[in-house]
Amino acid sequence: MSPSMTHTADDATLATTGLAPDGDGQILLLACGALAREILDIKARNGWDHLDLTCLPAILHVHPERITDAVRDAVAKHKDQYAKIYVVYADCGTGGLLQAACAELGVEMVQGPHCYAFFDGVQAFEDRGEVTSFFLTDFLVRQFDSFVWKPLGLDRHPELLSMYFGNYEALVYLAQTHDPALVEMARAHAERMGLRFEHRQTGYGDLETTLEGWAAP
Amino acid sequence: MSDEEDDIILSELNDEELVQQMFDDLYDGLKEEIEEAVNILLERKWEPYRILTEALVGGMTIVGADFRDGILFVPEVLLAANAMKGGMFILKPLLAETGAPRMGKMVIGTVKGDIHDIGKNLVSMMMEGAGFEVVDLGINNAVDAYIDAIKAEEADILGMSALLTTTMPYMKVVIDTMVEMGIRDDYVVLVGGAPLNEEFGKAIGADSYCRDAAVAVETAKEYMARKHNQLAAG
Repeated sequence: MSPSMTHTADDATLATTGLAPDGDGQILLLACGALAREILDIKARNGWDHLDLTCLPAILHVHPERITDAVRDAVAKHKDQYAKIYVVYADCGTGGLLQAACAELGVEMVQGPHCYAFFDGVQAFEDRGEVTSFFLTDFLVRQFDSFVWKPLGLDRHPELLSMYFGNYEALVYLAQTHDPALVEMARAHAERMGLRFEHRQTGYGDLETTLEGWAAP
Repeated sequence: MSDEEDDIILSELNDEELVQQMFDDLYDGLKEEIEEAVNILLERKWEPYRILTEALVGGMTIVGADFRDGILFVPEVLLAANAMKGGMFILKPLLAETGAPRMGKMVIGTVKGDIHDIGKNLVSMMMEGAGFEVVDLGINNAVDAYIDAIKAEEADILGMSALLTTTMPYMKVVIDTMVEMGIRDDYVVLVGGAPLNEEFGKAIGADSYCRDAAVAVETAKEYMARKHNQLAAG
């Protein structure tokens, strides 16, 4: 466990409640709860004490239509306490609405369609064109039941599996950390979904380079 | 479902009670019960089109409204759709035989790079239920597939679906190609999918964005009525 993780809420809290800011630093990162561990780790390793972090509930991942308003509200809530706010979301299924809202609010956001793309590298992700792959990150591997299986009703109606995933071929685990237990967990998810399994070590990808740019003086 | 409801014998219900029960069974996604009820109504000499519209589409309209209001969620809608599909499977050949009214013809497909078809399949089914002939191109369709199909099928409506932010811009590629070919105004273009919105639909030059299957059906009907009125006036 990295030192930063002692400040991180547990996954269940990040999923449903998010993370409050510490109140320190001039720059606020407003992020998805699914990225909290990764951002705090990058921040701690680089000694970016001037960056503060707050997270919206990660479960918005399954309700993308609610993300834009939630980001708007959070920017309004925190804008007077920080010199600058950055939004650590990609488009995340908002269909361009988050991008438009950020432009209107005068805040930058992460480029790319979603976190899978920026962990993998947005360009590399696009170039691969893996249209028949289903992606999981570290967070989503750990929270698979709460973020995939249960919201799709597969715990109650497993017969729906082919309707959801019948056109998929592979589950690709984009790993941020080296954790054999998570790899095995992801492999089990793939098996449950009847998909071929692939493990791809991405590290933090474009997330880290984006934060580097934002943290620079 | 309670034990009391489990004891209901469908064949003992009168027509009105049976249709009400079908609404409940569709809502609960009970495919076998729907199939049984459809067969009972056929035995009672109901026209296939009447069963389709009054019982199946009627029941799915309730499901659609509750989905829109946040009372039902995707899994429940899928189960209901699956139940309706069971009923449709029985009715479809009979509809062709009995000369059910034809509202128009739609070519529909998910765009290139996208393999998601749940929404598209729901729209196809509801459009068929509303009397449209539907040619479903499936998933991952390039512009040529759409253009070839709307021409060959002499379609009235082109429907395009996308679930991904990365694939939805492809709809504009299709519409722009139709404009270049001078055939854009020959078709009504309807678009839908979770990340889409009204503004996007307008920006790419679609006729309408449809937020769900029920809206798609209503919108398609309106355009067809308009088309018929224009033809009548012309």
